[in-house]
Amino acid sequence: MSLLERFDEGEIRALSKIVSLIENREEGYEDTLGHLYRKIGNTVRIGVTGPPGAGKSTIVNRLVHQLLKDDKRVGVVAVDPTSPFTGGALLGDRVRMNEFPIDGSFYFRSMATRGEVGGLASSTDNVAVAYDAFGFDVTLIETVGVGQVELDIIDTCDVVVVAVVPESGDAVQTMKAGLMEIADVFCVNKSDRPGSARIVADLRMSLELGNQSRDWWKVPVVATQAVKGENIDGLLEKILLYLSVARESGEFERHRRQQLEKKLWALLQDQITKEMQDKLSKMARIDQIVDNILNGNSDPFSASRELFQKWTDSVS
Amino acid sequence: MTEQKIRVLLAKPGLDGHDRGIKVIAAAFRDAGFEVIYTGLRQTPQMIVDAAVQEDVDAIGVSILSGAHMTLFPAILDELKERKAEDIILFGGGIIPDDDKAELEKLGVSKIFTPGAPTEEAIQFLKCEVEARKEQ
Amino acid sequence: MYSPEFLKKQKERRLKWEKEAEKFRAKKSLPRFFTVSGVDIDELYTPESIAQSDSDESSFDRIGFPGEYPYTRGVHHTMYRTRLWTMRQFAGMGTPKQTNERFHYILKQGGTGLSTAFDLPTLMGYDSDHPRSLGEVGKCGVAVDTLADMELIFDGINLGDVSTSMTINSPASILLAMYLAVAEKQGVPFEKLRGTLQNDILKEYIAQKEFIFPPVPSLRLITDMMLYCSKHVPQYNTISISGYHIREAGATAVQELAFTLADGFQYVESAIEAGLDVDQFAPRLSHFFNAHSDFFEEIAKYRAARRIWAKRMKNKYGAKNPKSWLMRFHTQTAGCSLTAQQPENNIVRVALQALSGVLGGTQSLHTNSMDETLALPSEKAVLIALRTQQVIAYETGVVNTVDPLAGSYFVEALTDQMEAEAEKYFDEIERRGGVLQCIEEGYFQRELSRAAYAHQRELEKKERIIVGVNEFTMEDEGIDIPVLYIDKQVEKDQSAFVKKVKAERDAEKVKATLEQLRQVARGNGNTFEALLDCSRAYCSVGEMCDVLREEWGEYTETQEAMLPT
Repeated sequence: MSLLERFDEGEIRALSKIVSLIENREEGYEDTLGHLYRKIGNTVRIGVTGPPGAGKSTIVNRLVHQLLKDDKRVGVVAVDPTSPFTGGALLGDRVRMNEFPIDGSFYFRSMATRGEVGGLASSTDNVAVAYDAFGFDVTLIETVGVGQVELDIIDTCDVVVVAVVPESGDAVQTMKAGLMEIADVFCVNKSDRPGSARIVADLRMSLELGNQSRDWWKVPVVATQAVKGENIDGLLEKILLYLSVARESGEFERHRRQQLEKKLWALLQDQITKEMQDKLSKMARIDQIVDNILNGNSDPFSASRELFQKWTDSVS
Repeated sequence: MTEQKIRVLLAKPGLDGHDRGIKVIAAAFRDAGFEVIYTGLRQTPQMIVDAAVQEDVDAIGVSILSGAHMTLFPAILDELKERKAEDIILFGGGIIPDDDKAELEKLGVSKIFTPGAPTEEAIQFLKCEVEARKEQ
Repeated sequence: MYSPEFLKKQKERRLKWEKEAEKFRAKKSLPRFFTVSGVDIDELYTPESIAQSDSDESSFDRIGFPGEYPYTRGVHHTMYRTRLWTMRQFAGMGTPKQTNERFHYILKQGGTGLSTAFDLPTLMGYDSDHPRSLGEVGKCGVAVDTLADMELIFDGINLGDVSTSMTINSPASILLAMYLAVAEKQGVPFEKLRGTLQNDILKEYIAQKEFIFPPVPSLRLITDMMLYCSKHVPQYNTISISGYHIREAGATAVQELAFTLADGFQYVESAIEAGLDVDQFAPRLSHFFNAHSDFFEEIAKYRAARRIWAKRMKNKYGAKNPKSWLMRFHTQTAGCSLTAQQPENNIVRVALQALSGVLGGTQSLHTNSMDETLALPSEKAVLIALRTQQVIAYETGVVNTVDPLAGSYFVEALTDQMEAEAEKYFDEIERRGGVLQCIEEGYFQRELSRAAYAHQRELEKKERIIVGVNEFTMEDEGIDIPVLYIDKQVEKDQSAFVKKVKAERDAEKVKATLEQLRQVARGNGNTFEALLDCSRAYCSVGEMCDVLREEWGEYTETQEAMLPT
């Protein structure tokens, strides 16, 4: 049996192999994805992000509990950073996930960022496609809330939960711009800690004052204690509410279209760039052009215009 | 573009909680450029193999200091067979007498490291072993 | 300690000496001189080294006299001249019957101290027939499921005549309750019972990771027991505050010192909060340290530990009874320092480590067996380990005078430095919100795994030499050490026995006492009393722990605590 046939039969190991294929971008991974794209559309994707120490994996763990109880099939992708110095990664998000059933209703995969700016979004998105095709009802995507990674999550998910803890008060201030914009639901975890009420109030106020670009949705702030499972049902309720409101208002659909469009352009861009590089490196001596710029006989702007012209001429 | 990393699952099966050794190995593997999935303490053979299958790892490394190695290693091997995942390398370390080591390696454990073995030895072992299995 | 004139003259002489010494120093890049813990050591220590101190107290006050505050020189006036340390070899394996035979053997040889190791299922609160116990029963110690096992272990031994130490933590209350139940059956009054319970749960979260319940209810188990024992079992040491395992998990000497004492202070605070008077329980607190390979660093650690403890107990916690100030401790040589390569060398390591424990003033000592990195210790190796202590005690002459190293410029300076470094850690722990908060956020755990990894890298880069491991190695050394195996039959027998006991006991009583335990766990009653009733009714360790698990939950480490750095 081929890998795809085994995948279609619901074999976990086949799913795992396909996820690796996608993650490694091995030979033929686009064709595989092409096959998978034909049978997707039934999974909602929930993203969970936030600063380190916010208890993201515990929140994800509790959400999984809740979802499994509601007879949902759940897949999780947890993304952790790759060390820029060694290329290695320590992926520890699984530590809380081993009490779940192995009957195929739950699946967990750890991924490292592998240092790809922007590329991560497409890898996670592709993996989520595989989950969708495999038949999960919900995909949870957990990422570290640092830098670019947290922003990528919007391009991959239907709804984004941003988790913070009372201690991250100052951090929230500094990351406000980024976090505020991507959150559909805010979660203040470890709410038994001192300062919790304040951060909830601060967030609500910032959200009030901030330019709420969406008139159809008011971002809620939910206080949880994920370790004890407290108010996780409240959190899930808000997530589901967001999804239903978004569906009703047509935003869900619009957002997905937007994501696909973006993906389409990104893929196209990749192809064009590659094609262009191949052709132009045969047609022109890039090193000589650089020399010219360095010598003051040209500049990057005119040089690129000339190269572009050369390429369009060759295409037509 | 193909980018493949060596992926290793590290776990402590059984009840003993001494995790100094496995944490050192985890850090050393990470610094050698591996992707290390660390699952921590008190993992049953079933949990370990289940995680290994989901994570599609090249190898499973376990540490056992409690003397339960002749029960736990074979249980993991059985579980791998059951899940048709015998191609995943199983290696380990801990307090394991020579005779047991020989028997475990005969049963299908790829390698048992002695306490005090340099982490570099484990790193080189995995690189070679993973390479060899890919060529098969 | 010295007059300013003396110090001035001393400085002049030292500077002159330094000039001379320059001629003899290696000209190329100097190697680094540092302890096992990475502390840099000066070329020379002089009176100036111990005259410098930030505190008001003179160095004479800091050093003091043996048996007197602040106990830097030891907890007894005459130390080993009056009484040698207790040679307490920790042992126990297999079935209760095998352990009982061993105990009878020890008693026949004139021993009075019994030391019990329990197997992992017992330590983790599972019965021998639980699926999680598979392969572990009787391996690292004796298996205990119900009172019936405890009765077997102490069969024919009058509990009023012996001192029994029990190495157990999370379910410590249960095992002590069973011990009391045996005494009751023998007709021995509780007041006569002597021994030590390890019962140090905090270091489990930090280092050894054999925990069952979350920290808060775990501390309640401990304070409930302290409350009960201070009234009814006054001679039993209810807790042995342990640095041993913290060191084994990778800590430096200073971390061992600081984290252990911080744990100790946490217990003191919890007990005071629970309504106990400090002088009511503090004399029953004992400590347990590691003896690692850096000879002087270890000695300084023990001396600093006594001084810090005495000062805090007196000044911070207001203890009035001098017995509350003095820190008595047990020492065990460092298992983590032993090598699987050329294992006979371990005999030498153990001897030197044991000597540091003795020179540091330990009250009791366990010497490790040379073969324990290879397998469970064999009888011969255990005997050599004991003989090592006897050689130190009877042949070396180190017992002839009290605290022979006091006044050594180096040892006193290092002791001062240890104390100061430990104080820095206390401040940091407090800044982070205390011991429990530090456990939850993984502060201790990260410090340990960082130190362990740094140590490993030093070995691999040969910045640190371990004989037989990264230098002076031998190819294909034939290791000629007999290996001890635990018969697989032990597990079968023990599982069968617990099933039999469960079938024969009074089921109604079991149900009633477990229900009572559940109610107490939910409310505010004393858990120890409830556990005592359960033990009397032959409830099993697993059944009692299951009730508590259901009521209190099981502890899992936070991700921050669990991951290496």
